[in-house]
Parts: sequence; C-alpha cells; structure tokens
Amino acid sequence: MRVPGIIYASDKLMKAMGKDESPKQVANVAQLPGIVKHSLAMPDMHWGYGFPIGGVAAFDIDGGIVSPGGVGYDINCGCRLAVTSLRRDEIRPQMAKIVNALFQHVPSGVGSRGALKLSRSEEKRVLVEGARWAVKNGYGSRGDLESMEDGGCLPGADPEAVSERALERGKDQVGTLGSGNHFLEVEIVEEIFDRDVASVLGIEVGQVAVMIHSGSRGLGHQVCDDYLAKLVKHVDKIGIKLPDRQLACAYIQSPEGQQYLTAMACAANYAWANRQMLMHWTGEALEKALGMGPRELGMRLVYDVCHNIAKIEEHIVDGKKMTLCVHRKGATRAFPPGHPALPQKFRKTGQPVLIPGDMGTGSYVLVGTEKSMEMTFGSTCHGAGRVLSRAAAIKASKGRSIRREMEDRGVLVMSAAKGTLAEEIPEAYKDIDEVVNVVHGAGLSRKVARLRAVGCIKG
Amino acid sequence: MKPYTNFNHTADLGLAITGASEEKLFANAAFAVFDILTDLGRVEPRETRRILVEGDSREDLLINFLREILYLYNGERWLLKEIRVIKIDQKALEAEARGEPFDEHKHEICKEIKAVTYHQAEVRKSPDGWAARVIFDV
Repeated sequence: MRVPGIIYASDKLMKAMGKDESPKQVANVAQLPGIVKHSLAMPDMHWGYGFPIGGVAAFDIDGGIVSPGGVGYDINCGCRLAVTSLRRDEIRPQMAKIVNALFQHVPSGVGSRGALKLSRSEEKRVLVEGARWAVKNGYGSRGDLESMEDGGCLPGADPEAVSERALERGKDQVGTLGSGNHFLEVEIVEEIFDRDVASVLGIEVGQVAVMIHSGSRGLGHQVCDDYLAKLVKHVDKIGIKLPDRQLACAYIQSPEGQQYLTAMACAANYAWANRQMLMHWTGEALEKALGMGPRELGMRLVYDVCHNIAKIEEHIVDGKKMTLCVHRKGATRAFPPGHPALPQKFRKTGQPVLIPGDMGTGSYVLVGTEKSMEMTFGSTCHGAGRVLSRAAAIKASKGRSIRREMEDRGVLVMSAAKGTLAEEIPEAYKDIDEVVNVVHGAGLSRKVARLRAVGCIKG
Repeated sequence: MKPYTNFNHTADLGLAITGASEEKLFANAAFAVFDILTDLGRVEPRETRRILVEGDSREDLLINFLREILYLYNGERWLLKEIRVIKIDQKALEAEARGEPFDEHKHEICKEIKAVTYHQAEVRKSPDGWAARVIFDV
C-alpha cells in the first residue's frame, strides 16, 4: 500500500462491512500509482469490483492514474431532488393516480427505450452539451442548470472518443430510468434539521418532492467496458502491476488517460440530459394526474449530484495546493460554503448533497462542509449501501408480497420487472439514518432535511 | 442440472460455471447469461451468428467472449438460444450462436445483465473438467 486506508463507519456498520471483500478493495486502491493521502471509504461502503462502492481516491495529475473501474459502469449515476408547491394533504387521496401516471409516462424497466430516438449527430450533441441540450430542446428551464454539479455539463467531452457500440446503445435510451436500483420516488419533507439552509434551498415541512435516481444507461456501460478492455492491455504494456484487473488504469496525462476522461465526460453529460428529461416528464405526469398546470405544480430543481465520476479538482494537501483526479465510486461531492465551483446561490449554504435511502424509506438533504475538504477531498456518502446480496434478498422475500408490505408502510410501489422489488427490499440495505449520522458526526456533511417516501416507481 | 450456480456478491451477480471440456465451459457460460436474462423456452434458433474473440489468457478470453455475448442483447437486441464453441485455444475462440431478434410480444426479459467484470475472474481445470467464476454488473 502506498498510502493508508480510512473507512468511515460506526461500530454497527463496520460489523457488516467486515463480512465482505470491501476492506480489501480499499487496500487494493491504495496500491495505485500517484494516490494522494488516503484510500477512503464512506459508511455506505460495500463490495464492488475494483474499487469498493463508497470509495473515494485522489491521484496527482502528475504521475497519477485514472481508472474506469474507479468510476464504474454507470458513469454519472446520480440523483436529483425537485420540490413542488404541493402539500402532503393535497396528494394523499390521489396517490394511486399519481403513481400510475408516473409509471405510464416515465419510461422505466429493463432495457427501457425512450420516447426519443436520436440521430447520430443529435446524440453527439447530447454528449457534448449534457443537460443544456435537454433545456434547449424544451425539457425544463435554463434556471435548472445552476442547480446541477458542473451546470449539468462536464467540459472536454469529445464524441470521437466514444465507440460506435456505445452510440448505438445510447440512441434510444435518453430519458429512461432503467432497471435495478434506479427509481423515481414521490416524497414528503418530514423533518428539517437546519432551518436557515433549508429556507435558502426552498425546502419546508409537509412539502411534496420528487427524487430521481438514474445514470448514463447503456451508453455509459459501453464506454466503461470499452476502456476497461483497452486499459487492461495498456497496463501490461506500461508495466503497472495491479492487484485486480478491474483496476486497469492509465496515467492521467497519457493519451490513453486523456481519451478515457474525454469519453467519460460524454457519458456524464448523457446522464445529465437523461435526468433532466426524466424530471420534465415527471412534472408532466404529476400535472396530468392532478389536473393542474406547471405554474400550479411549481416544480423546482433543488440539486442534482453525481455518484460515479472522476473529476479534476484542486485540493490542499499538506498545506500545498495540488491538482488531483478525484474518483468517487458510489460517493458524492460535498463542497463547503464559499467554494469557487459553487454558483452564487449555494455560496453561503455549501453544496447540497442528496442521499437516497432504500426503497420507500426516504432521503436526506445534506450540505458540504470545510471538514470534507480537509478529510475526504470534498466527498461524502451516496446512499444506504447494500448489505444483502441480490440472491439473499430474493431468498428473504420468498412468499411475501413486497408491494403489500410497502403499502402498509404508506408507500405505493410499482415496478416494471417482476424480480426487482424482491431484490430491493428494505432489509437488503443498511440503515440510512445510521449512514447519514456517521457522515454528519464526522463532519463530512451536515444534515438539512429528511424526506419520507410515499410513492415509488422501480425500474 | 444447470451447468452454473449463483454465488453471493453484495451488489451484483456472481456465477460459477462448469463444463466437461473447455469448449463446453465457454458455451455454458454464454448459456447461463441468456438463461438468466430471458425465458429460453420462448426463444427459437432461427438465425445464426458467428462469434470470434481473442484474449491474452483464458480469463481474458472468457471475459472478451462474454462481452460479445452480452452485446448480442444489450447492443443488438438479439436473444441467444444455443451456442457451440467450434474452436478454442488459450488466445482465441470461434463460436456459432443460434437465436433470434428480441420481440417484446413474444419474449420476456427477466433480468438485465449490464456488463462482465474482471474482478476475481477465474478459469481452471477441475476434477470433472473445467470450472470458471465470473462477476457481472447487473
């Protein structure tokens, strides 16, 4: 190991973590060239491939590496939270209608294809412009762009770095939720922890909100896969010894490293366009179900975060300013108040951080802190994190009606695929309150609000 | 008995595959993917596809092969019903797959398998022939 590993956890969480291979993965990442300070893991850590899920690692731009496996297959998988002018009591009698409308109107499920089929030239524009492309084409408004990491568009995206296969997979999936752990949830703001910040973010108790969790779909997967195949060969050539081939990488400054970052930016931009369109259709579905116009609904984006990404950022390391490539694999950026990357409206609050829980539990809104800059390269957790394997979850849900159980908890659930609900049962995940309390307690981010789910569309 | 079993991986799908010969092992791995992905009873072997892959080692070959197998559905929306490995050595493989294009009125997709990973991938000789372990992203 070139640097020590640090895992943020509570005693309870650590017990579950010790059972899988994720601590070993933290150690593996610590062996990669150019890693700075620590190989980190957030309290939602679990066994991934290559990096652990919940892993954060930063590499010196000079002499350090970038790894597609450190970003993951679903490049810029992330989530966004939008609030509405609706109150809990207004939607309670309409919930069945709302969940049905969302299910009908927002494409979801295995290999879901969207309402849109892009020509190659239009698809390439999506890759370059990200959420801006979506706004230009009538999905949402310009004001939304401010409330996304990097304004919903990473610079330096060049579609030339993206394979024909990836473009083929992406041509009809923009504006689709996908399957697995991706979801669209209707939530109610239940508790406010920081009144001042919540008021700046426009969040109040009793308000109806929507959380969307999706990524770059087949296109992102193909980009990751293409570059893994390429870099597995490349590492042999340049003589980097890896503890796990899934950690295949290239020096950031090498042509191979730059080409991956270029392709990764394309996939990240695709994901932002995707979530922007999903939000637009969510708004339309709610309007239809409730028989109201956009003004009455008053849907407004709070923020949009990435969970799987590598970014070139400046950080202070041992008192020295360094340019680093920060990998967040199942982790969220959490920049503090005053950070220059934040738009004016978040300069005082710090960057909003969105943490979705397990199916039907709800979510947290946090904000970034100075401490996260010092300790974790401005990063925090990304969700509850799995504790049961999918196979174990299916076994545990045998003979149960998960849909009914969720209904008893006050959450209406619909899913496109038969098996998804069983795989995604709440006990398959860690306790979201416990995870969030760790990052709050460690000062990596600060609690602002907690939301409770009332309706959920699963892919 | 099926030529594969699931092993537990927290977030994803781990498969342990067996085969009497190396050819059979690779064919069984492709079969496993589509057996999990769809109801094979509804897929007919109406078309033939040829698959050629190369690799630096047996593991590398298996992963490159499964990449092509996954792309049949993920990229081309084509479902595999049966597969025969015609030729295999440590560096290259030639196979012939039979199946048909996905038709949403006829076929069902039970589970999406998004990618094959290198993490802990293994191909080895076993007392009964050959065995492999692979983790997929789902």
